[in-house]
Amino acid sequence: MSSKSYILERVKQNKPMLSVLPVVPMFERKDDVSLISLFKENLEFVGGRLIELNSKEELNGQISEIYPDLKIIASTLNVEAANLDLNSIIDPHALKGIDLTIIQGDFGVAENGAIWIPANTISHRVLPFITQHLVIILDKTQLVCNMHQAYQKLDIHKADGFGVFLSGPSKTADIEQSLVIGAHGSRSLVVFLV
Amino acid sequence: MNHAQAATQFIKDEARTDWHDKALWFVRYKRDIQTKKVPEWEQLRELASQIKANVLSELDSYLIQFEENALKNGVHVHWAKDAHEHNDIILNILKAKGVRKMVKSKSMLTEECHLNPYLIQNGIDVIDTDLGERIIQLRDETPSHIVLPAIHLKKEDVGETFYKYLGSEKGASDPKYLTEVARGHLREQFLTADAALTGVNFAVAETGGFVVCTNEGNADLGAHLAPIHIASMGMEKLIPRQSDLGVFLRLLARNATGQPITTYSSHFLKPNNGQEMHIVIVDNGRSEQLGREDFRKSLYCIRCGACMNTCPVYRRSGGHSYSYTVPGPIGSILSPGIDLKKHSSMPFASTLCGSCTDVCPVKIDIHHQLYKWRQIIAKEGDFPLSKKIMMKVMGFMLSHPKFYRFAGKMARTALPIMPRFMLYNNLNAWGKEREIPQAPKQSFREWYLKNRE
Ligand code: SF4
Repeated sequence: MSSKSYILERVKQNKPMLSVLPVVPMFERKDDVSLISLFKENLEFVGGRLIELNSKEELNGQISEIYPDLKIIASTLNVEAANLDLNSIIDPHALKGIDLTIIQGDFGVAENGAIWIPANTISHRVLPFITQHLVIILDKTQLVCNMHQAYQKLDIHKADGFGVFLSGPSKTADIEQSLVIGAHGSRSLVVFLV
Repeated sequence: MNHAQAATQFIKDEARTDWHDKALWFVRYKRDIQTKKVPEWEQLRELASQIKANVLSELDSYLIQFEENALKNGVHVHWAKDAHEHNDIILNILKAKGVRKMVKSKSMLTEECHLNPYLIQNGIDVIDTDLGERIIQLRDETPSHIVLPAIHLKKEDVGETFYKYLGSEKGASDPKYLTEVARGHLREQFLTADAALTGVNFAVAETGGFVVCTNEGNADLGAHLAPIHIASMGMEKLIPRQSDLGVFLRLLARNATGQPITTYSSHFLKPNNGQEMHIVIVDNGRSEQLGREDFRKSLYCIRCGACMNTCPVYRRSGGHSYSYTVPGPIGSILSPGIDLKKHSSMPFASTLCGSCTDVCPVKIDIHHQLYKWRQIIAKEGDFPLSKKIMMKVMGFMLSHPKFYRFAGKMARTALPIMPRFMLYNNLNAWGKEREIPQAPKQSFREWYLKNRE
C-alpha cells in the first residue's frame, strides 16, 4: 500500500463524527472609526510610517527628501528616482544590491496595518524582501477594516501564484526579547497614502 | 532525566530563572493588550475551534481535495507516514537535483522528525535562517520554545556564539549589532543556497495553497531565491476555505507575541517561473492521535506558543526540561501519545491551573487532557514512587476527615519548631530550592467555626 492510501485509510477509520463547518461573519465595525486613522495607528505600531499625500505628484519630491543618499533604486511604478530596470533582470539573485524599492500596494487592512501585495504587481517575488528599504504606494480608498473583508476582496488566482500580506518592516526579538527592526527583509517601510 | 530533575538544573541560576519567567510573562501581557482590542475575540476562538473540529471530522476528504488542487497548481505532493519517510523524501528531492546547500525557515515539524542531522549526515549543508534557530544551531542546541527558540539564552551567550562562529567583535552583546552580523551572514546563505525549506502554518484545501507566517522575512528570501522550494506540513494544518484564514490570521500573531499580525503572511499557490515546489504531507503519529477520543483535540493546535508563555511551570523550568521537542502544556499532551514511557513525567509538569486552556486560541482543553494522561500513566504504573506513596497517604487522609484535621493540627504545631534538616531533605520536594511558608496558627475550619459563632 502506498503511504498515501495508508494515511487516508487510517484517517478515515480514526476520524470523529461529522462536525459542521461554521459560517464566519464579516464582523463589520459598528462605530464610525476612520479606517485611515486605524490603519495609521497599526502601521506605526508595527514599525512602519504613514505619509498622506495630496496627489501623486508629490511622490518624487518626498522620495528624494527622505532617501537622499540611496544609490540603487527600483520601482514598478513611474518614479523619477528609479535607476534600475527591473525588466532587464531575469535571475532574482541579481536584485541583491537594491537599496530602495517602490511598489504599489493592492489594498490595506486597517486592523493590522497589513498591505496585500500580489506577485503579478511586483515583477519578482523576492523584490519586497530583498530590498534594504521599502516604499509602498496605497490608494486611500483601498482600505478594508479587517481580515475577513480582506479575504473577500482578494483574488488569489489573479496573483500569479503568490501574494503576501506585509505589515511593517522586517523584525526580530530573538535576542533577549529586544525588538530589532531590520532582520532579513527590509529595514524600513514607508507607506504613501494617496 | 525526568522533568523535575531537569528543572532542578535550570533553576540553579536564580537570576536567569527570574529573567526567563518575567520575559515570558511579558509576552503574555502583550498578548492580553492585543486580544482586548478585538471585541469579537471570544467569538473568533469559538469559530477557530469549530473549524478545526470540522477539519478533523473530514480530514481524509480535505487531504484529497488539497492534493488535487496543489497538483493542478503545478506543485509536487508527497506523503510521509513517519519521520523517517519524511526525511527520506526530502533527501531524495535534494539528491536528484544535486543540492549541496539548503536554507531552512522555522518548522517544528522538521525538529520533530530530526531532519537536520539526517541531511547533514548525508552530506547536505543545512542552514537554519530564523535568527533564534540559527543561534541554537550554531550552539548545537534544540529550540526551547516553539515561537521563541532561543528564549533560554542571554545576549551575552549569543555574543559569545557569534564571536566564535561568525567573527563578531569579542565581548559584543548589543542585540542590534548582533542581529546585523546575522543579517550579513544569512544574506550570503540565501544567495548561495540551491534549495529552501519552509514550514506550513495553514494549508487551504479549496485552493491547494499554503500560508507561511514570519517576522524576519527569512522564509521568503529562501523560497523566492532558491530553484527548489520544499514545504513540510503536518497533515492537521489543513483548513477548508481560504476565508478561514481570516479567522486564524487574526488570532495567531496576537496570541503568540502580541502583534496584530506577523510582518509577512506569505501565500504560496504556484511555483515561481523555472522553480520546483514540493509539499510533503506528514502523518508521524497524527492519525493515531486522531483516533484517541480524549486527546484528538490536541491536533487543533496552531503552534502559537501562548500556553507556554502563560504556564507557571514552563516559565520557571525552561523548555529544555521537557523530554519532547514541543515543550510546555501542548507538548505535554502530545508527547505521551508518541512514547508514553519516555515522556511519562511531562503531564505532571503542570499545576493544572488551567491558564493554558484559557489562552488557547483554538480552545484545546489542555489541562483536562493533562489530567487524563496522568490517569493513564498511573494505571500503566509509570508513576514516580514517591508520588505513589504520597497519593496513597493523601487518599487515606482525605477520606478520613477526623484524621485529616488531626494531621493538620500536628503540622501547624510541629512545622515552626522542626529543625531544618527534617524539613529540607530529599523526602520533601516542597523544601527544595525554596523556603517553606510559615504555618498558620489556625486552620480554615477552626477560623470558620470561630467566626460563625
Ligand atoms: S495548544 Fe493552543 S495555546 Fe498552546 S501552542 Fe497550541 S494553539 Fe497555542
